[in-house]
Amino acid sequence: MYSAAVQDLIDELGRLPGIGPKSAQRIAFHLLRLSPEDALRLARTIAVVKERVSWCRRCFNIAEVPEGTNSAEEAPECEICRDPRRDPSVVCVVEEPRDVIAVEKTREYRGRYHVLQGAISPIDGIGPDKLRIRELLARLDPEGIKEVILCTNPNIEGDATALYLASLLKALPVKVTRIASGLPVGGDLEYADELTLGRALEGRRELGD
Amino acid sequence: MNLYRDEGVVLRTHKLGEADRIVVFMTAGRGKVRAVAKGVRKTKSRFGGRLEPPLHVSLLLYQGRDLSIVNQAETIDHYRSIREGLDRMTDALALVEAVDQVAQEGEPNAALYRMLTGALRTLSESAERPPLLVAAFYWKLLALEGVSPILDQCARCGAGAAVGGEEPTDLVSFDLVEGGALCREHRRGSAVEPGALALVRRILGGQLGPVLAESPSPHAAAVSALATSALESHLERRLRTVHLLGRG
Repeated sequence: MYSAAVQDLIDELGRLPGIGPKSAQRIAFHLLRLSPEDALRLARTIAVVKERVSWCRRCFNIAEVPEGTNSAEEAPECEICRDPRRDPSVVCVVEEPRDVIAVEKTREYRGRYHVLQGAISPIDGIGPDKLRIRELLARLDPEGIKEVILCTNPNIEGDATALYLASLLKALPVKVTRIASGLPVGGDLEYADELTLGRALEGRRELGD
Repeated sequence: MNLYRDEGVVLRTHKLGEADRIVVFMTAGRGKVRAVAKGVRKTKSRFGGRLEPPLHVSLLLYQGRDLSIVNQAETIDHYRSIREGLDRMTDALALVEAVDQVAQEGEPNAALYRMLTGALRTLSESAERPPLLVAAFYWKLLALEGVSPILDQCARCGAGAAVGGEEPTDLVSFDLVEGGALCREHRRGSAVEPGALALVRRILGGQLGPVLAESPSPHAAAVSALATSALESHLERRLRTVHLLGRG
């Protein structure tokens, strides 16, 4: 049997996703072998993340409390929501914070975001009330949002979420758009599935000028 | 090589690791099959777009020790209109959820497979969404499972039996545990109108086509609610799709 401290470490590591008891044991022994500085740096990083990072109060992206402010105050705003150069009239609705990063990498989008923190998945018991939909609707009027871009994944859950949101937003004075779906750059046409190719043909656009 | 061909409908998927999925199929030849589809969550996947509920696909699978592995997938029907309307999508998800509960791995069920593909095709090809499609599917599914309800007389005492082509009388409630419709004296379960019972009789009595073409009515709503609760009582679990997206 391990000493209580080591056993606690193995138990805590074993709670992480994808880490079984054997992997937890392996990581624990790796940590035991690390120099104190390296191990404490990891511990401090985790502590700092838990103290300073939470969900943006406006868009539910990941937000960090700026240095020098009290982290006990109300939830912070994320960098994108704080940036005055961002177009406040367009909001891009995504499922997860990592989708914000994916859209940001394109450098094509200058509006703001709204992170739903999931997608409608009836089979998994996730209905509209478990997503940040109410918060999205509450943002529209006060922020003067004119266009909502539905940027959920093009899979069945993402499409269901987009259709549901579109049905809610239909009655409101905002333009609702859905990201196009089509062929990936560098892909082969012959391997494209019929639904994607069908949508790509439907969303074709004129070249020239 | 343990490769085999089959065709099937995608019932549901689970994420696996970084970019893989476990896909659950209702196949024509082997009943429910669980298979790993590698790399399908990447945008450049060759068949990721084909392995989404409720697509109907032709498959080349590799028989692994526990799970199969999807080697190739070709679309048979992608049911485009289902994908483009929330009502039809909800209906389709309700169908595949029920089949996922009923079908068993390693037990071929050709009748259930035909029923599922038929229902999805009807849902996709009808000009208007058939309001009773999911309910009719649930009733047919119960019949296929061997729990066809007694609808033309009291399931307990036999009272109110139809005489000479007339409608049975005095049946006021429905309880699947009792076996079907019940008379006033033995009433249990949910109260039911004679019109709603007549509709269920038509669904199970070979008049499915005309029933599906009918427009929504109060009886249709009652029959849908009754179908959901009957199937739930048979499965001994709640059906999530119909409740979560506000139908049933």
